[in-house]
Amino acid sequence: MKYLDEYRDHRIARALAAEIVQATTRPWVLMEICGGQTHTIMRYGIDELLPRNIEIVHGPGCPVCVTPLETVDKAIALALRPDVILVSYGDMLRVPGSHSDLFRAKAQGADVRIAYSPTEAVKIARANPERKVVFLAIGFETTAPANAMAAWQAKREGLANFSMLVSHVLVPPAIRALMVSSSNRVQGFIAPGHVCTVMGCKEYESLVHDFRVPIVVGGFEPVDILEAVLMLVRQLEAGEAKLENQYVRSVSYQGNIPAQEIMAEVFEIADQKWRGIGPIPQSGLRLSSEYAAYDADRVFDLGEITVDEPAECISAQVLQGLKKPTDCPAFGMRCTPENPLGAPMVSSEGACAAYYHYRRHAVAK
Amino acid sequence: MSTKTPVDINLQFSCPTPLPARDTILLGHGSGGKLSAELIRDIFLPAFQNPSLARLDDQAIVNVNGQRLAITTDSFVVKPLFFPGGDIGSLAVHGTINDLAMGGATPMFLSAAFIIEEGFSMDELRRVVNSLRRAAAEAGVHVVTGDTKVVEKGKGDGLFINTTGIGLVPEGVDLSADRARPGDKVLLSGSIGDHGIAILAQREGLEFETTIQSDSAALHALVARMLGVSSNDNPGIRCMRDPTRGGVSSTLNEIAERSQVGIELEESSLPIHEEVRGACELLGLDPLYVANEGKLLAIVAPEAADAVLGAMRGHPLGAEAQIIGTVQIENPGLVTMRTPLGTTRVVDMLAGDQLPRIC
Repeated sequence: MKYLDEYRDHRIARALAAEIVQATTRPWVLMEICGGQTHTIMRYGIDELLPRNIEIVHGPGCPVCVTPLETVDKAIALALRPDVILVSYGDMLRVPGSHSDLFRAKAQGADVRIAYSPTEAVKIARANPERKVVFLAIGFETTAPANAMAAWQAKREGLANFSMLVSHVLVPPAIRALMVSSSNRVQGFIAPGHVCTVMGCKEYESLVHDFRVPIVVGGFEPVDILEAVLMLVRQLEAGEAKLENQYVRSVSYQGNIPAQEIMAEVFEIADQKWRGIGPIPQSGLRLSSEYAAYDADRVFDLGEITVDEPAECISAQVLQGLKKPTDCPAFGMRCTPENPLGAPMVSSEGACAAYYHYRRHAVAK
Repeated sequence: MSTKTPVDINLQFSCPTPLPARDTILLGHGSGGKLSAELIRDIFLPAFQNPSLARLDDQAIVNVNGQRLAITTDSFVVKPLFFPGGDIGSLAVHGTINDLAMGGATPMFLSAAFIIEEGFSMDELRRVVNSLRRAAAEAGVHVVTGDTKVVEKGKGDGLFINTTGIGLVPEGVDLSADRARPGDKVLLSGSIGDHGIAILAQREGLEFETTIQSDSAALHALVARMLGVSSNDNPGIRCMRDPTRGGVSSTLNEIAERSQVGIELEESSLPIHEEVRGACELLGLDPLYVANEGKLLAIVAPEAADAVLGAMRGHPLGAEAQIIGTVQIENPGLVTMRTPLGTTRVVDMLAGDQLPRIC
């Protein structure tokens, strides 16, 4: 595929891996934030190409994984109402809530539909004026502009039967939370390329400055990841901490300004709970008061759903890069994609699912 | 964006409660993945157990007066009913013929049962029936019996078709998913993912411009050609399967499981059309799990692999055939793949349908 094959070229990848070996004199712990990058690392076995003293740990950047259990429960409760059509990204349907998931709700008769773009949900609302259409708007900064666009469009058209159940999270506050944590081991970050395509690199300057930690904005192909690792290792070996951009073909310093503007118009920054991690101040987005009429949390009286989660799975440590999925005694035994204990085993971007799908042989041997 | 002092997040562990055992049918039970396999293992096999069924091949082979008859049945619920490269009528013929052909059988007779929803367009029904007739005629099989049921509006989603097929298995042909041996080669008759992507591109909410056509086709002539180069003394073909629902990965996982062998694929040898790759890239799908309706996988003894591959390439439906992997002793029950980077990864069987990713 043009513009993509060169980023999967084995000669370039091997040459970069050799450069990394040459550049590394000490052990380093690096974290990729985004689940898409975790997926590439596992799918292509990037970690097998790296020297032993480079440890890659996986971050919290799987949107499905960090969506709170309460949100999943609320979505299921809404979907089961006969007057509601619940529209969701496909990935969310298998995520277990406290007692069920959206697939099961669908089997019980709930009208649950998969959309590939949030504006599809607006279209469904337009076509079904007698029903209430709720879009489950989750994700990082990457999906926020399109989700904002859906609310903006609904408001402009005066669509009274459309609303969004919002659970949006932001990357920089999560990195800050990881860095101040006493158990942090991460010495350099690969920042998520798609998030930065929207927000630009600029947001990461203060993190580099405050924590003297190197951050390289990276892409999603094997060559991207290896190049980002090399850039981080070179900085660490030289005792530097800079913000660098490996993913220049997509990411600029300022980011996508119109996308940021629509986000700012529709959303406001708020405290947010992360599944598996807990509340992080000012780390999420919610609909602003001008869009209150489109906020499913306010339109429907859902009450306060609070859920206590028992501690069989170690998704908290996995999402913070403290443990690998394979460190979990339930991995591949009591926890599989068919019977997941936690969201990281469900989502195609979850670290546990990536290990299970691509690396089980290494475990089996 | 400004942040307040973050809390220390170390102490907050959480985990969802495991869900109760499955008590209802989910869409995933029809996906051809692990949930489908569970359903067959837990509900159907115990109810009907007999040696023909226990082979779990695409067709049953039964002995009638010294003749080996292959019999198979398949229901078609495809949506939309008409898609680039075919429709539910031609698909209902091809699907059932292929299930017979994968057992090496020569397809002979079909039944066709129609479940029609009240209010369905007579014109569309005519188009479907014409297409079914044409596909059967082209394949040289006869539709010799049928059935019609009409269900109330809202109870049937337009039109469902079931076809059952009967064929004869030539002497000396014995193909089954439990016959793969270490050293065998894995042959694939052509590009993968065309059918699934052609259908997906037509689905409501996802319409995208593409020239991809379904590969829906009857494979029995290709199979006859392949069997022609392996003789009674040298029966090189161990097993054939058409990778429909669940794609190449599910089919190979079944063979690896049934034969208790490992299968290692070479990623760079997989034939995938550029447009299918592009669509999969965009939607976050893996072409290895996307359905095909006119492709076959053959497990072939190493000494016969080149001859069978040559025979495949000599037929229009096998022109893009490739050797895509090798059967091995290591990792029994597991399919693995050598990536272009020289590393190895597992090619898992999915639980249910592949879901497009979020971003």
